[in-house]
Amino acid sequence: MLLIPCPHCGPRDETEFHYGGQAHVPYPGNPNELDDRQWAEFLFYRENPKGAFAERWLHSTGCRQWFNMVRDTATYDIQAVYRMGEPRPTTTPPGGGSRATGGPTGPSAAHAGTPASPEGARP
Amino acid sequence: MSADKLPEHPDFLWRNPEPKSSYDAVIVGGGGHGLATAYYLAQNHGMTNIAVLEKGWLAGGNMARNTTIIRSNYLWDESAAIYEASLKLWEILPEELDYDFLFSQRGVMNLAHTLGDVRESIRRVGANRLNGVDAEWLEPAQVKELCPILNISDNIRYPVLGATYQPRAGIAKHDHVAWAFARKCDQLGVDIIQNCEVTGFLKDGNRVVGVKTNQGTIHTEKVGLCAAGHSSVLAEMAGFRLPIQSHPLQALVSELHEPVHPTVVMSNHVHVYVSQAHKGELVMGAGVDSYNGYGQRGSFHVIEHQMAAAVELFPIFARAHVLRTWGGIVDTTLDASPIVSTTPVDNMFVNCGWGTGGFKGTPGAGLTFAHTIATGTPHALNRPFALERFETGALIDEHGAAAVAH
Repeated sequence: MLLIPCPHCGPRDETEFHYGGQAHVPYPGNPNELDDRQWAEFLFYRENPKGAFAERWLHSTGCRQWFNMVRDTATYDIQAVYRMGEPRPTTTPPGGGSRATGGPTGPSAAHAGTPASPEGARP
Repeated sequence: MSADKLPEHPDFLWRNPEPKSSYDAVIVGGGGHGLATAYYLAQNHGMTNIAVLEKGWLAGGNMARNTTIIRSNYLWDESAAIYEASLKLWEILPEELDYDFLFSQRGVMNLAHTLGDVRESIRRVGANRLNGVDAEWLEPAQVKELCPILNISDNIRYPVLGATYQPRAGIAKHDHVAWAFARKCDQLGVDIIQNCEVTGFLKDGNRVVGVKTNQGTIHTEKVGLCAAGHSSVLAEMAGFRLPIQSHPLQALVSELHEPVHPTVVMSNHVHVYVSQAHKGELVMGAGVDSYNGYGQRGSFHVIEHQMAAAVELFPIFARAHVLRTWGGIVDTTLDASPIVSTTPVDNMFVNCGWGTGGFKGTPGAGLTFAHTIATGTPHALNRPFALERFETGALIDEHGAAAVAH
């Protein structure tokens, strides 16, 4: 189970959260001008990297707020957590490579790169 | 016992050749779908100068990680057609491949637990019959008669209100299926190359002309991608995108037991599906983990949820012990239907998106994908499963129809 550091509530079990897929997918600014190919891209095509992935999570049974997280989809290491509306922070996975294979896991690593301190940051 | 007393190694079922510098076609992915594709390319289309590249060992990905359920009781015409064609191939393949891979048509039951389930199930039985797929609706007493260890009492959280039943459905021994295809491919002249990871593609303009691997560059006229959970990674190397999300899907087995479970029981509502393997293990699958993942492992609460459902439906399982759990990486599409298609790259073809239900589709995928690669145009069975459907909107929405557990 993932231990997810909610930017509002601190680290909580994954079972408190719901997944929201890829982050930073804006609604088209010019919907009337999109062709079928562009609508298909918006509706059905998402990034699916093996490595760092910016994704949305909802803390459903906690603060009930959406937030963003950068997580490595191969190691499941959480590299950054940030609030909605904030840009994706630049993250360096443990070891400095493009993808961590044997980096540290657990809550201490999970907090690396978190912009706002999640500990005790309850509103 | 010292090593010199050990018996001789049995005959190998396939050669392990060095890759040649060029082939007429290269299949990326040596799982069930890749091997079946190579088999039908050689058998039906006379393309024997071909290679199957596998980055690990043969059939060590999802082919080794599934729950081996084979059925064809899908709601929509397009799905019923390809899965039923696949089931008919399963019925003749043991003889055709000359290999008894323990295909056991012990029937598959899909339980209904709510009024909504009941209505959807009865509708699906009707649709199946119109498409020539064997299907029956069972009342709870009939469910109990077919599978006596099922708890059909009404004092559980989600009582069994009935089930659909497909008698011709069943299970097969997954690794033997792979070996059967591999042996036949090898006999037909196909090169199966293990430990050969694709690292890139050679293109001439928009046309693929070769594959870069950790064993060198291989020139080829055609490339077929059969990489399941890693399809997006390969597509990115080739310069196009796929509407695929990769998720972990977990399953587990118990230790061996006397035969207690005569059929296959699936419950989409409570997210568990159970059969008993020939050796005696109870084989159980769960729903996918919600997050994207390539880790071949998932979160424990998914297994816990699945076990809770299994124990409530099968009280006899309460004292069984888990022997092993694992995860595979499944390639899901948003309409829960596969993609067997040409791609934006000329001479490159893709077979992916089978998600949680790829094993049953192995022969059907192989047959239609081989046709697509050999002729450059889709077979009638996979024409609806083209990438273009995400632009035209002609989706084959099996999410509501077949629900979560394939």
